[in-house]
Amino acid sequence: MRRVGPCRLRYTVLITGTGEETMHRAILAAGLALALAASAEGADQVKVGFISTLSGPAAAIGIDIRDGFNLALKLSGGKLGGLPAEVIVTDDQQNPDTGRQIVDKYVKRDHVDFVTGIVFSNVLLAVAPVVFDSKTFLISTNAGPSLLAGEKCSPWFFSVAWQNDGTPESAGKYTADKGFKKIFLLSPNYPAGKDMVAGFKRYYKGVIADEVYPRLGQLDYSAELAQIRAAAPDAVFFFLPGGMGINFIKQFSAAGLGKQVTLITTAFSADEDIIPAVGEPMLGIYNTGFWNHDLDNPESRAFVAAFEKEYGRLPTGYAAQGYDAARAIDAAAREVKGKLDDSEAVRKALRANTFRSVRGPFKMNRNGFPIQNYYLRVVERDAKGRITNRTLSTVLKDHPDAYAEQCPLK
Amino acid sequence: MATLILEQTLNGLQFGLMLFLLAAGLTLVFGIMDLINLAHGSLYMIGAYLVAAVVRATGSFALAVLVAILGTAAIGILLEVTVLRRLYTRDHLSQVLATFALLLICNEVVRLVFGSQPVMLSMPNGLAGPVQLLPGFYYPAFRLAVIGVGLAVAVLLYLLVGRTRAGMWVRAGASNREMAAAMGIDVKLLFTAVFGVGAALCAVAGAMLGPILAVQVGMGESILILAFVVIVIGGIGSIRGALVGALLVGMVDTVGRAFVPTLLRSFLSPAVASGVGPALASIAIYVLMAAVLFWRPQGLFPARA
Amino acid sequence: MRNRLAIGVLLLLIAFPLAAKHWDQLFYVSFASRILIYALAASSLNLILGYGGMVSFGHAAFLGTGAYTVAILMDEGVSSAWVSWPLAFFVSALFALVIGAVSLRTRGVYFIMITLAFAQMAYYLFISLRAYGGEDGLNLATRSRVGFGLDLASDLTFYYVVLALAAACLYLMQRLLNARFGQVVQAIRDNETRMEAIGFPTYRYKLICFALAGGAAGLAGALLANQNGFVSPNLLQWTQSGTLMIMVILGGVGYLYGGVLGAVVFLVLEEALSAYTVHWQLGLGLALLAIVLYARQGLAGLLADAVAGRR
Repeated sequence: MRRVGPCRLRYTVLITGTGEETMHRAILAAGLALALAASAEGADQVKVGFISTLSGPAAAIGIDIRDGFNLALKLSGGKLGGLPAEVIVTDDQQNPDTGRQIVDKYVKRDHVDFVTGIVFSNVLLAVAPVVFDSKTFLISTNAGPSLLAGEKCSPWFFSVAWQNDGTPESAGKYTADKGFKKIFLLSPNYPAGKDMVAGFKRYYKGVIADEVYPRLGQLDYSAELAQIRAAAPDAVFFFLPGGMGINFIKQFSAAGLGKQVTLITTAFSADEDIIPAVGEPMLGIYNTGFWNHDLDNPESRAFVAAFEKEYGRLPTGYAAQGYDAARAIDAAAREVKGKLDDSEAVRKALRANTFRSVRGPFKMNRNGFPIQNYYLRVVERDAKGRITNRTLSTVLKDHPDAYAEQCPLK
Repeated sequence: MATLILEQTLNGLQFGLMLFLLAAGLTLVFGIMDLINLAHGSLYMIGAYLVAAVVRATGSFALAVLVAILGTAAIGILLEVTVLRRLYTRDHLSQVLATFALLLICNEVVRLVFGSQPVMLSMPNGLAGPVQLLPGFYYPAFRLAVIGVGLAVAVLLYLLVGRTRAGMWVRAGASNREMAAAMGIDVKLLFTAVFGVGAALCAVAGAMLGPILAVQVGMGESILILAFVVIVIGGIGSIRGALVGALLVGMVDTVGRAFVPTLLRSFLSPAVASGVGPALASIAIYVLMAAVLFWRPQGLFPARA
Repeated sequence: MRNRLAIGVLLLLIAFPLAAKHWDQLFYVSFASRILIYALAASSLNLILGYGGMVSFGHAAFLGTGAYTVAILMDEGVSSAWVSWPLAFFVSALFALVIGAVSLRTRGVYFIMITLAFAQMAYYLFISLRAYGGEDGLNLATRSRVGFGLDLASDLTFYYVVLALAAACLYLMQRLLNARFGQVVQAIRDNETRMEAIGFPTYRYKLICFALAGGAAGLAGALLANQNGFVSPNLLQWTQSGTLMIMVILGGVGYLYGGVLGAVVFLVLEEALSAYTVHWQLGLGLALLAIVLYARQGLAGLLADAVAGRR
């Protein structure tokens, strides 16, 4: 059942795993020393309110973002911008209500400097007014609703992930380029789900056999699969993150539709959180995303190696997002030399984004969303025999989102 | 078009039969012991988790189902003997609250043992593919198996309740508990046995639905409410009523998800139609429940004399 | 004795936020508002459950209806509290009247089930309202406007408004219960057949009681919408009804301050325990089970016994 109230795990996050206790005390001592020494100057620590979906069918997403974030924190010695970091981690249970209450506490009681970690667009939209009203920065590690990209863009919002439409736009372009004629669209009935369909349709102009929006969190696709069979499309484009995607692909394969219908999707239904759960039916699925673990740039390679060493698994795009979030905050805090009270300076620093992202080319647009590449990938066996994604080509290069024009910010 | 209707009918049948498995246990407990048991969904969750755990440990789905049935029945009997037995004589409010408390406790204990992330449970390898029912029409083998299991259990229960001595005691207890006790039936043992059987049915449902849905904490709550709807419509204490009610609810739900949005698409946008369809189906189910409660509270197939 | 205690607590509640402000802990004022709102909601349930003997498993529907009334009106441009809050009361009361009219014709467990059914209907109705957010919920642009230079956006001001309303409602409830109407309702709870035999129109009394409780819950819902700045269909889920029932039983069914006590204990425990462990609901479940099995009168009952025992 949905828990009535938020549950909180409060800890100063330095490293996950062993050695936390001693590191904790050491950093606490260092922090105290720093605090005493630097009390005349700006803030003595960076406080981050991390709220994510850590339970339920999409838990793997939040856990990956958290693990990526923690890894970056560990690699910088538990510091952000040279100051000791305090990160409060709470589970929003994929519930906008709960999310709002948690963030209320973050800004009113804990007075955090940054709120980050959110996975789902409906939670983000419920939480955003609270964060913006309290003049706190919201760093999105996943959700990128179109509602916050256009007219209602906010100077307090920055995304180190993507705007929702971007990934499906690249999928739509691939679908159009490949010559598919009849597409069946499947996406959950919530803001991000609709953004995904809108993005796809912006580049794919062919026939749409049907558009179906199952409930967010739905796990049984028997009805939708029957409709797909009846509509007989060339391909199905679907956006079903987390457990939804796992179930859909498994049931699609069990229904024997793979012979007649191709599956095209985004990285959200084909990444390292889905592949181990589904297995062989994943082979051959084409998908698009802003990053892959085989990208050839020094930051990415270092990140993937460190992640595999720390957690024993390949990182998903979500982990990369969490990792970049910590590094973005780190770079911004460093830029303003710890004076986090100066919001304008922090904003300028975040806009300039002086950190090197694992995705390579990355510029911050004026509405707070990235301008970046989107790649085509396919799921196949790699040299080690693992089932994983291989990057094939760049579908959209230095691609801004479709709503930035309407944003009045400079 | 014909295959679409056939496929959706099979889907509705599958869902309805699984609801029946849950409702059968619930209706017997409610009918014979007059106990509202909100923890019934928790037994379903425990059954699914046991299946997932045993599959992970041994790799055998069949063994897992067996262990889950026995384990869940044991846990159910334990609950009955320790806590639920004290609630038979209490008012319904106390029963609601006490079993709600058990629901919370079960959720947290499962979370403690297995964590907040859902546990993976796949369909058994032999049943993971499609079966050709008609030329060009494939249906998932596992779902056919679910339908098969559901029908088998229905027949088994019918034989058990209708044709055996023990079944006669069950029907007597559902019809008039005091009289049954007066006639010499060991009521205490009967209650415990009924509860155990109900728990075992929950485990079967958990084993069948676990691979289709997800094995996670709180998975019992949404289906629990539907089970209550089913037994109200069917008649409290009546297994035949539970079957009819479950199939009815399963069909309405499937129609709502599958056909209503298509109908509404002609004058609503796809996103809105997709959302309104299932909501309308759910509202229809509850309207039916309220109507039965108002006009024929004993249900379609009253068990009580 | 009890009234002196009540006045003492009231004075404490009035002074508390000033102390909080002094120590820069304004968050707890917001938390206290929340407790007061749930105290009002739980008390309204106590009215029908404890005093009326009607076990309604759908009370969250009235809470949600009140909240949505305010949210929808605000979405349409009406943000005056003088319009939306009374309207929340009346809409919920009307809704309760309709539901009660049908439900009160049933008895016992069927009444429990049918109230649940209606609440679920309302839940799915609000989910289907995509124009007002559907399942994702609806943000409120601002808090309701009260005028008189009072800005409810200030947590302090909002707290005092909530306190005033909650205290007023509880006072009215006390008056109602001591008046003829309340006495009749309690007598019906004790023995409906006898009251019918005497000649009271028991159905009418129960229906009015049900409607009043629904309205009060609606008012609590309006305040909750303001408190959260957000409404979603989750407010109407059956588990929310369960939570309200837990509060009433924790506090003490049929005691005037049972709802208040239950809400305080429940929310404070939730807040305190969830800081320590994710599994706080285990403790809640065990406590609830213990109370149902061994301490049926709830905390208020235990306190009353203790006080009586001492004398």
